[in-house]
Amino acid sequence: MEIARHWRLQRHRYALVGEVCNHCGVKIFPARDVCPECNAPAKTPYTFSGKGEVYSYSTVHHPPEGFEHFAPYVVALVRLAEGPLVAAQLTDVEGEKIEIGMPVEMVTRKLRDDGSRGTIVYGYKFRPVIASGTSADVKDASV
Amino acid sequence: MKIMKPQRDVGIVGYGAYVPRYRLRGTEISRMWEGEQGSTPPIKEKAVPGLDEDVATMSLEAARNALKRAAIDPSRIRAVWVGSESHPYAVKPTSTIVAEAIGAVPHTLAADWQFACKAGTEAMQAALGFVGSGMADYALALGMDTAQGRPRDALEYTAGAGGAAFLVGPAEESLAVLEGSTSYVTDTADFWRRQHEHYPAHAGRFTGEPGYFRHVLAAASEIMAALGRKPADYAHVIFHQPNTKFPRKAGRELGFSSEQLVAGLLVDDIGNTYAGAAMIGLTSVFDVAQPGERVLMVSFGSGAGSDAFDLRVTDAITARRGRALSTRDYIVRRHELDYATYARHREKIRME
Ligand SMILES: [Zn+2]
Repeated sequence: MEIARHWRLQRHRYALVGEVCNHCGVKIFPARDVCPECNAPAKTPYTFSGKGEVYSYSTVHHPPEGFEHFAPYVVALVRLAEGPLVAAQLTDVEGEKIEIGMPVEMVTRKLRDDGSRGTIVYGYKFRPVIASGTSADVKDASV
Repeated sequence: MKIMKPQRDVGIVGYGAYVPRYRLRGTEISRMWEGEQGSTPPIKEKAVPGLDEDVATMSLEAARNALKRAAIDPSRIRAVWVGSESHPYAVKPTSTIVAEAIGAVPHTLAADWQFACKAGTEAMQAALGFVGSGMADYALALGMDTAQGRPRDALEYTAGAGGAAFLVGPAEESLAVLEGSTSYVTDTADFWRRQHEHYPAHAGRFTGEPGYFRHVLAAASEIMAALGRKPADYAHVIFHQPNTKFPRKAGRELGFSSEQLVAGLLVDDIGNTYAGAAMIGLTSVFDVAQPGERVLMVSFGSGAGSDAFDLRVTDAITARRGRALSTRDYIVRRHELDYATYARHREKIRME
């Protein structure tokens, strides 16, 4: 049962696939087949860019079963660039100052790991946006 | 020796790298085992995966970067092949996870490849042949590892984490065209890990001469001879890099200058990324290479063998490389760990 449920949710979990309302254009996540704005049927899949910003956050010190391995960790509400709010873990934030409004991007990581005998569940998390444009430095590296 | 090259011209249409954020300095390892007056470590620092990362998540990010550069519909990818010696499951492919997440399923081949550190270039050889045969227009080959060294073993200093993805496609769409490849393989027991062992074993010094140098030098010399090239014909050369000494020595013996090695030599910053090592070096070369330049990449896997690839960079490189994070972008993103935190990251401390 558990495995089947994970399998159905997989595509949404791995890549932030929601829906777009063809009537009013609102982007929907998670998919619910009805537009929350205009109540029109909305079944067209839409892949989100994965960009967003931290709307609120808190640190989990006493995690539920299956998540002990990752504690303490930070959960946040992320406002996606396309509009919807998503609840997810923040990752790669040790030593970072987390702030409301901080730009983040979606990555796919291990959500839970049921020990050495069970399955690994993967899904989206968000991390601070990585700065680009450092490729020129390579010429300065010494051999 | 006849060069390997498919009848249909093929090349690389997209590339992507991944390096996790965490670093362990060599001096932190020597401090742990030898105290403050410890010996000089073989490399500056190595990359360590986060608690929620493994070869599947790391492969996925590299694959997404390759797709951003290639800008093709992922449902046209006919193979997703991941080479690694640290797949998260003993039975259950890493490649299906990657294929599902990038949107390549269901009409695709998916398989995990094994051949120590050359599992990734082995997958590349197959992808080049698969597209070259006309059976596919696009095939994705990855080399990725989260390498483990036994605490206090020499390998602990260098066993890093990272790797790369290459999307292989038709030559006319490629940012680098394949001019030819070779493989040089023998049965040599220089490094191994049995099924239920956590850490690999190695034959110490034996890994140098009959392993690494014999295969790397032979594959490199043979491909140059077959294509009528000399070292000066290449702007960049990348060798498998288990440490900083081996690739430099191989380069010197073949007649390459240190300038030809610099762009693709990353081991001092990220450690030995095993199946990812030569391949992520190639991504770093593509980040700076100019149209028309020739590139030689030579991998090595214990067991043992080398794959060599002769590539010519095309005009498409300039428009495509800026579409995703550069390899250097990942290298400069770093968060240092102390040995205790590192031990937790690598599950050297078992919690149950
Ligand atoms: Zn609507």
